[in-house]
Amino acid sequence: MTPPLLDGEVAARVLSRALANGGRFAEVFAERRHGQVLAIDEGRIESVQSGAEQGAGVRVVDGATTYFAHVDGLDPAELERAAGEAAAALKGDRREPQPLRGRDATPLPIERRPEAVPAAQKAEMLRELDERARAKGGEIAQFTASYAEARREVAIANSDGLLTGDDRTRVRIGAQAVARGEGSVETGSETLGAHRGYELLEGDPAGIAEQAAVKALTLLDAVPAPSGSMPVVVGGGFGGVLFHEMTGHGLEADHIQKGASVYVGKLGERVAEPLLNAYDDGRLPGEWGSDAIDDEGQLTQKTLVIEDGRVASYLYDRLTAEREGVASTGNGRRESFRHLPIPRMTNTYIAPGEASPEEMIAEVERGFYAVSFGGGQVDPATGDFVFGVNEGYLIEGGKVTSPCRGATLIGNCLDALAAIDAVGDDFFMKTGMCGKGGQKVPVGTGQGHVRLRALTVGGTEQ
Amino acid sequence: MTELSAVAHRAVEAATAAGAGDAEAYVSRESGREVRVHGGEVESLTAAVQTGVGIRAWRGRRVGYAYGTDLTEAGVAAIADRAAEAAAVADEDEFAAPPRPAEIESLPGLGDPSIAEWEASRLAELALTVERTALASDSRLVGVETAVYADAAEQVAIASSTGIAGEYETSTCYAYLQALAEGEGARETGLGFGLARGPRGLDPEAIGAEGARRALDMIGAGKPESRSCPVVLDATVAAGFVGLLGGGLSAKAVQRGRSPLAGRLEEEVASAAFALHDDGREPDGPASAPFDGEGVSRRRTALIERGRLRSYLYDTYAANREGGSSTGSAARGSYRSLPSVSTSNLVVAPGSHSFEELLAQAGEGVFVDDVAGLHSGVNPVTGVFSVGASGRMIRGGQLAEPVREFTIAGELVAMLGAVSAAGADTRWVPFGGSVSTPPLLIAELAISGS
Repeated sequence: MTPPLLDGEVAARVLSRALANGGRFAEVFAERRHGQVLAIDEGRIESVQSGAEQGAGVRVVDGATTYFAHVDGLDPAELERAAGEAAAALKGDRREPQPLRGRDATPLPIERRPEAVPAAQKAEMLRELDERARAKGGEIAQFTASYAEARREVAIANSDGLLTGDDRTRVRIGAQAVARGEGSVETGSETLGAHRGYELLEGDPAGIAEQAAVKALTLLDAVPAPSGSMPVVVGGGFGGVLFHEMTGHGLEADHIQKGASVYVGKLGERVAEPLLNAYDDGRLPGEWGSDAIDDEGQLTQKTLVIEDGRVASYLYDRLTAEREGVASTGNGRRESFRHLPIPRMTNTYIAPGEASPEEMIAEVERGFYAVSFGGGQVDPATGDFVFGVNEGYLIEGGKVTSPCRGATLIGNCLDALAAIDAVGDDFFMKTGMCGKGGQKVPVGTGQGHVRLRALTVGGTEQ
Repeated sequence: MTELSAVAHRAVEAATAAGAGDAEAYVSRESGREVRVHGGEVESLTAAVQTGVGIRAWRGRRVGYAYGTDLTEAGVAAIADRAAEAAAVADEDEFAAPPRPAEIESLPGLGDPSIAEWEASRLAELALTVERTALASDSRLVGVETAVYADAAEQVAIASSTGIAGEYETSTCYAYLQALAEGEGARETGLGFGLARGPRGLDPEAIGAEGARRALDMIGAGKPESRSCPVVLDATVAAGFVGLLGGGLSAKAVQRGRSPLAGRLEEEVASAAFALHDDGREPDGPASAPFDGEGVSRRRTALIERGRLRSYLYDTYAANREGGSSTGSAARGSYRSLPSVSTSNLVVAPGSHSFEELLAQAGEGVFVDDVAGLHSGVNPVTGVFSVGASGRMIRGGQLAEPVREFTIAGELVAMLGAVSAAGADTRWVPFGGSVSTPPLLIAELAISGS
């Protein structure tokens, strides 16, 4: 038996110490993390790594300022020391925290604990990925794959009297293939992940290895990407990263409150065609970006962010919600006990529409089909975004034709959002890691196929 | 022996007791502070200490790794057990062998006492000065999204069963801001930053002014027409590309056919105007240290000279595969990661041209002041890239109207071949590695806009 993360009496003492010099709010966030990573490269299991960390972060909020200190380990004396350090810069009178009242949150169910699966079995699984990818053809010159499991047990107590916790387990595998043809080298990658246990891999995990290999092989016949403005059809699943970047980040309340978002003042305004509906949903069962509670103890929820083309809600953590006198939307997330919570997306997606992907493509005379992205980036203040396409094709005469290499999509959020003229009915979700303010958190992105009337494709062909 | 070294030695003993033939332990303690300010007030103040150990265990030719934060005797023993266990799962690799000890020259001057001397209130004042300077620069400068000061003082100790032992202390700090300007119906952002070993080495006014200048410069920006033309890369942008090139210089990537520079040793890969070396002992380099992540002495390695590719970068494992020696290039992000080949400080040799001369040489082209999407828009295996960019047109050899929402695209090695001149003024840029570079003039790059 491992000891509980945060004993109620210890938490009360820490909070009391944190408010010793005043402050309107104090919180202690305790965490125990375990992880294991295996990788295969050149057909060899070459790095097997495991990690275990525990620690806590204490914050005190006074006026517009947050004071934060974190320590490794969960020794009560160290936690109190951290509380003292966070409180050190305050000069007010002692305040007493509310008595702690426990509130149960039900962690997402895990059927098969990954820690209980022998590492040798995980290694075997990776060997199968390697074999299946290489079986796709002699042009597969290199293949790497990795397996990662992570468990985060968290406990949160605050001066409002909340005492709660969560137990989160995520499993993810990734595959990358390099294909070598006559005079060209191409890469393909694929991932599979969830907020679930080892049961995630009970189907056919090696399927992603084949998909990565096929992507790389397909690209061997690629032509340079076109450049210029044209209709763009974006694939389902990870295509949702487009919405994540061009709308999701701009709806995070910290950007809004600092005037650093193109969505400032747009609440209730039309920003897209009425066919567009989108959500942030931290409760989707088993999804990569789901948790029972956020990292401030707020129950996660499903938030409608775009309703019939109008901005319906921003995404709030505790402090940004307080500033506007609204309720937190359960989007206060942090990478670990070493970070402060900030408004973050969970699983963000465009709800399924009615169009069929085939028809959406058939209606395009000349355009670009972006099946999946390597990633993207946005400056929420200006709305400028870019996406690196890792699998893309030309659309000519309503048909998908040549694969393209080296394409990037570039545009401005509001223009691009307004340019969405069809949403497909083939919805699914994919996993991503989102970086903001130096913190990385797991997020889900999703959509069916989506078409934009016009977007700039940045390739090398004029 | 310091406390950290004692932990490292204890960890090595625990791992060999747990069944490892050889073992190595890397222990670090980092204390850091961060101040974020907004609207003339402190938004958050963070004080933090983190300590941990990473243990690499060898069982014959198999390697395992484990890390943790529990440095009590029982805690370290548990981590050592997991490392030895992990090694049993890995496959044999004939080149997997622990590094041998060699002379390590000390490298003083990596820590700045002003880190410890400056109190939080003084650091907050520094960050507030960054913000204030930007806001005072121009009425169109309407805000600062965040101004940040952060520092870290780190102690590192390493020990191994083969007799490696060493320790050092280092400190770094930086400040940056994202300034917001408004004009002609649009909002523009500008980044300003500075880095030093301690807060006294930072110039908050210069940082604030840089962010303001970049944001103001962009007011009224339009989309350029698609074309191929000469391009001047700002030092911050050149550093991003050089950092990516650094990944392709890793012998690990090369040996596995995952680098655009694989098989090009002693070939001409760049123009004569481009020279590059890696120097892990450079006094001003943020990544400098007496030894690398596996206890091998840091050094200077010439990479590209007179356009020719002179060397790749090696850790002990990659060197063993070729029967050569390590270039002291085993890096670790922290105690959580296995050492792996990486650049330390990459240094592009300065040329003799002022920035104005680079523009004049470009004649008609584009000055790229910022890029976006380097992590998703560049294929590290092939070097093919297409990234978002913003900057100014160059007309008649001078900066003209601002432009945004376009991409620059090409191939990394081809771009090196097209470097036609390097500027004289270099700058340390800490994003995506640690790079010192001047601005570069590229004879031709594809621009995709309207």
